Amino acid sequence: MLDFLNTLDRRWVFLAMGLAVAIPILLGIGATEQPTAQTQRMFDYIEALPAGSRVLMALDYDPSSEAELTPMAYSFTRHCCLKRHKLYFLTLWPSGPPMLDKTISKVVLGEFDSSGRPMKYGEDYLNLGYFPGEFGAVNPICSNLRQSKSQDSKGISLDALPMMNGVNGGKDMQLIVNVSGGYPGAKEWVQYGSTPHNIPMGAGCTGVQATQLFPYHPDQLVGLVAAIRGAAEYEAILAKAYPQYNELRWRDGTRRMGAQQWAHRLMIGLILLGNAIHIASRRGRGRR
Amino acid sequence: MKRETLIWTMLLAFGAVFLLLRAVATERGVGRQYVVAREIAGLFDETAGKIVEVDPKTITVDDSRYHRMQRATQYVEALHGDTSAVFSLSRTIGIWLAALLTLCIFSYMYRDNVCYKLAEALIVGVSAGYAMVVAFWDVLIAKFLVRLTPNVARYAFVPDTPTGNDTEWLYLVPLILGVLVFARWLPKGKWLARWPLAFVVGTTAGLKLISFLDADFISQIRSTILPLVVFATDQGGARVFDWKQSLENIVLVAGVLTSLTYFYFSVEHTGVVGRISRLGVWVLMITFGASFALTVMSRITLLTMRLEFLFQDWLGIVGG
Amino acid sequence: MQKTVPVVIAGSVGALMALAFFSPPLLWMREKAEEWFTILAAIAMLLGGTNLCVHHLRRISDREAGWGFSAVTLLTFVITVGVGVLKVGVVPESARNLDRAWSGGYLQEGGAFWWMFQYVYSPMMSTMFALLAFYVASAAFRAFRAKNFEAALLLVTAIIVLIGQTPDRDFLPEQLSFIRFETLTELCKKTFVTAGQRAIMIGIALGVAATSLRILLGLDRSYLGGDE
Repeated sequence: MLDFLNTLDRRWVFLAMGLAVAIPILLGIGATEQPTAQTQRMFDYIEALPAGSRVLMALDYDPSSEAELTPMAYSFTRHCCLKRHKLYFLTLWPSGPPMLDKTISKVVLGEFDSSGRPMKYGEDYLNLGYFPGEFGAVNPICSNLRQSKSQDSKGISLDALPMMNGVNGGKDMQLIVNVSGGYPGAKEWVQYGSTPHNIPMGAGCTGVQATQLFPYHPDQLVGLVAAIRGAAEYEAILAKAYPQYNELRWRDGTRRMGAQQWAHRLMIGLILLGNAIHIASRRGRGRR
Repeated sequence: MKRETLIWTMLLAFGAVFLLLRAVATERGVGRQYVVAREIAGLFDETAGKIVEVDPKTITVDDSRYHRMQRATQYVEALHGDTSAVFSLSRTIGIWLAALLTLCIFSYMYRDNVCYKLAEALIVGVSAGYAMVVAFWDVLIAKFLVRLTPNVARYAFVPDTPTGNDTEWLYLVPLILGVLVFARWLPKGKWLARWPLAFVVGTTAGLKLISFLDADFISQIRSTILPLVVFATDQGGARVFDWKQSLENIVLVAGVLTSLTYFYFSVEHTGVVGRISRLGVWVLMITFGASFALTVMSRITLLTMRLEFLFQDWLGIVGG
Repeated sequence: MQKTVPVVIAGSVGALMALAFFSPPLLWMREKAEEWFTILAAIAMLLGGTNLCVHHLRRISDREAGWGFSAVTLLTFVITVGVGVLKVGVVPESARNLDRAWSGGYLQEGGAFWWMFQYVYSPMMSTMFALLAFYVASAAFRAFRAKNFEAALLLVTAIIVLIGQTPDRDFLPEQLSFIRFETLTELCKKTFVTAGQRAIMIGIALGVAATSLRILLGLDRSYLGGDE
């Protein structure tokens, strides 16, 4: 048995992982989350901002991290729309504009376009598009936005948009909300944007990046929503405060936690089994 | 026929039959995409000297303005239940292509094969092409040409370039530096390519020097200066010793100091320093363990979304 | 001359960037430098694209093993650049530009470039990264062995956090909630992980500052490459 496990073809492990994720998806198994302090702080900060506050929504991710970050991008946008904050969307990633378009069309246009007071382009939200330059783009965005771009993503002059009146850049915003998939992302926004310009900032990030951002919380980041679990937590808090978002169709993060749970169980089992085999093999070699 | 080939042939045949039945026999089909038309229309206003937007629904065929009207129709994804949606062949082909490419890449899990290599070659070409197009439109045109030759940019590329803009001659500097980048191909002029590189390196060094010291050094030290004995106020207004927060602060401060001791190599790690450094290693191991767990979570989520795409967006066997 | 001028350029530009943090009159120089940096990066991208074409053309002409895949790469590269630069399938987005067929955004939904991004680039990038889930599982089984105390500490923490990140954490009763996996996970993140990462961050900041100073002072010239 020991020899069999020691020489097990890794493709069986691949198959086990595939099934651990596929079966919960096919059976529609989800999992709700209890919020942590970091996620709660993020929610509370956005909730406490006066209606109509200016929020810079920097969605810095691409399809490779879409799975984790799109649910939280939707939740942040949804929350800000519910509070009628003014949203300034932009991205530092070249493949980020489709992520902006998706968030705007799904949440802003899909959920708030036909409500009692729809969100109007240029007055309640606008899409500034992609800002090239990686870390070098952050400071100009915060200090002098028009120096980087004089038009939005549709080619409309910024001076023609009502919500750009009196706004020179990020330093005139009440909050930066950054959804970060890596570099450039939350770290660059903290280093070149929020810390030198004293702009409050909250971040959502992937699991890979989460530990790098823990030191910034709570002094330099008002809140931190980490990985798909953080997204599920934010959805749970939002659903509690706004019960119309309790259904599973609004909660992609919650839906993905079901498969996550089973895959985690598999991972723990594999780690324990691998170590058990290692210990048993060592003992067997010791006896010989 | 070898057993492996037989098993794969049977699996592929079963898959093909399943797809055919699902595509033909179910209402939802397989990977069908629907779009709605979004139309904008305009009429040239001679007084204003520009095209003014009009609602195309208000101008009928009988109207004299109908034939002067200019139109543009964009097709966007239809929302679920939209009755004006029409079937989109190009997007349906796109979904099928995306699904087949996804399966080609997943096939690498079994064995390296032609399908995977083909998908790999495709992604190298498409991602390099994508980066070039973004660099062209968002940097060379939007940031460079618009500044250096605003009239040319307005006429040929970006019609909404503001009309009052003058040529910014300072942008000849990046033009010259940019040309020098290609000097690396010259047999005797390769050294000229160092100048733009030096500019980039110098800019990066200067910016990072201050930003890292501000955000990652001074701010982090400030955040680590925490009270080791914390008092809280209870419901009666009396001050009580908050042992939980005190312990957390002590562990945090001690953790930072011991970990920094580990990274301090100017003193030999023996005796007291060695023991403190060992504690630092343990703190770092806990950090890496948590980091590993969060990374695992991240990777699994990526797989979850791909399988959701296959089951929901393509096959339609999950979700509404 | 060949090495002195670049060192002077790097040092003077870097010093200006650093001084601009403290001197508002120099801020305009910093903004300009940040823009020029972006333009140079884009031009370097053109260089990279050209190198890619040259490399694959060489493979095709020499009929190296797998040259067919190089042909596929080149073909998709040319098609992607072609439809993107020429804005194939893009329509005007605003009424004032209806007489200019090319005035829409290059990534407009429904255009050919958007189609390539949506149905080729995006799914393949996502799937490539999704493969990592399988490799992480295989590595967990074959490579993550607790061979010493430190490795055991790493693995035990990983297991606690893996359990604490999912709803499996709550099986202990309320009286023992202080040792529930969720509580332990949050405590771990707030104290040990923050402490360790903070120390790493401080160390990196000092390293970056030292390296940047060396570059600005001309002591580090490794970016100039070897003698040519």
